[in-house]
Amino acid sequence: MMRALWTHLAKDLRIELRSLDAFVSMLFFSLLVVVLFSIAFDPQGDFARQIAGGVLSVATMFASVSALNQAWAREIRHQVMDAQRMTPAPGADLFLAKVIANFLFVTVVQIILAPLFLVMYNLRIEGQAWLLAFVLPLGTWALVGNGIFFAALSIRSRNRELLLSLILFPIFIPALLAMVRATTSILTGDGDPMLWIKLLLGYDIIFTTVSLLLFDVVFHAD
Amino acid sequence: MKKLALISYAALVVALMIWGYYQAIYVAPLDAMQGEIFRIIFYHVPSASVAFLFFAISLAGSIGYLAFRRGNPGWAQISDAWALSGAEVGVVFCTVVLLTGPIWGRRAWGIWWTWDARLTTTLLLWLIYVSYLLLRRFAAGPQVQTLAAVLGIFGAMDVPIVYMSNRWWRTQHPAPVFGGAEGSGMDKSMVPPFLWNMVAWLAWGILILILRYHVERQHQQIAEQEAHEALTASS
Repeated sequence: MMRALWTHLAKDLRIELRSLDAFVSMLFFSLLVVVLFSIAFDPQGDFARQIAGGVLSVATMFASVSALNQAWAREIRHQVMDAQRMTPAPGADLFLAKVIANFLFVTVVQIILAPLFLVMYNLRIEGQAWLLAFVLPLGTWALVGNGIFFAALSIRSRNRELLLSLILFPIFIPALLAMVRATTSILTGDGDPMLWIKLLLGYDIIFTTVSLLLFDVVFHAD
Repeated sequence: MKKLALISYAALVVALMIWGYYQAIYVAPLDAMQGEIFRIIFYHVPSASVAFLFFAISLAGSIGYLAFRRGNPGWAQISDAWALSGAEVGVVFCTVVLLTGPIWGRRAWGIWWTWDARLTTTLLLWLIYVSYLLLRRFAAGPQVQTLAAVLGIFGAMDVPIVYMSNRWWRTQHPAPVFGGAEGSGMDKSMVPPFLWNMVAWLAWGILILILRYHVERQHQQIAEQEAHEALTASS
């Protein structure tokens, strides 16, 4: 079980390390979103702290979609996906490996983006900054987990790239809300972010479990 | 026989709707606090109930499709037809809810919209089921029913989470009118008009749902027949 997962993960990481396709496009795209919002709203002081959480979450969300769309497209070429369907390994391994790989890509982008973000929005964190180390990974996991699942679901449809956003964003709304509220409350120091972190954790557990259970149904749908 | 039953049911629905309209506009007295605008409750609340009921039917259909898909294809097709028609008619009723709500809110609260638990949940339900219908439109081929069923289940799981998250956040929608705390409940004179409208709109919704279900079943049968003809022609 673990070996199949590890093989898929190592393969995805190796491809990404050699091409850096997903990483570069995500980094540049999220940078663009941050700059565009900064120009549009001219954030200063308290106002910057209030909108920063939302901007960071939405920037991550839009950026990840570009990587999520590529996640399965690569497998379609040369009928790799058909070969994977025929292997005896459970689809859940493949799914989990893809989620972990893309989670790592998005996290690296966030780590690079965060300092830039603090500089451009002149942020001083008023709350407990270390809590961000829980909020961002939990929110990213919710996004990437559902994203990989829905990308597999929409892969065989017409305009699949548009369709992924159309079905992912509505389902992601509660996690986005929790992520934004938690980040904002950490940045401004008002309110308690723990409630939102618990909500994110619950969302992650529920949706990851159901994705793992239903992935084979989607993967083998014909 | 089936046709006759449907036509007489349709006639009954029309009569109920006219009676409900008469009750809502002429019989129900003015609300002591809100004036005329309160009459929107006779359309808003029944539409919301019907929408939620039909989304539940859609969820049941999705689960049924996944359960029967391997063992009993006939039942699976029936479940899928219910899932699709529930979602489609539910979206129409949900649209009515989302249109009538702000009209009332503008008068009663002074604002068109607020991010309250029930409003956000309803809007999210609407978004999820519109995306469900888009998936059914974009994804072609035989796998679309499976994919749609999975999305239907995912969407339904999202609803309680949104509801809870918004209750923690903020709530402005009026507390439940029926069975709520002290001071809730309607004046006795308003209850019969309200119930008549509930019955009338539910009957109307069921009529549309049944018609939509029949159209979908016929679609399925034509598709099956075409597939069969294509198979026999090539051999």
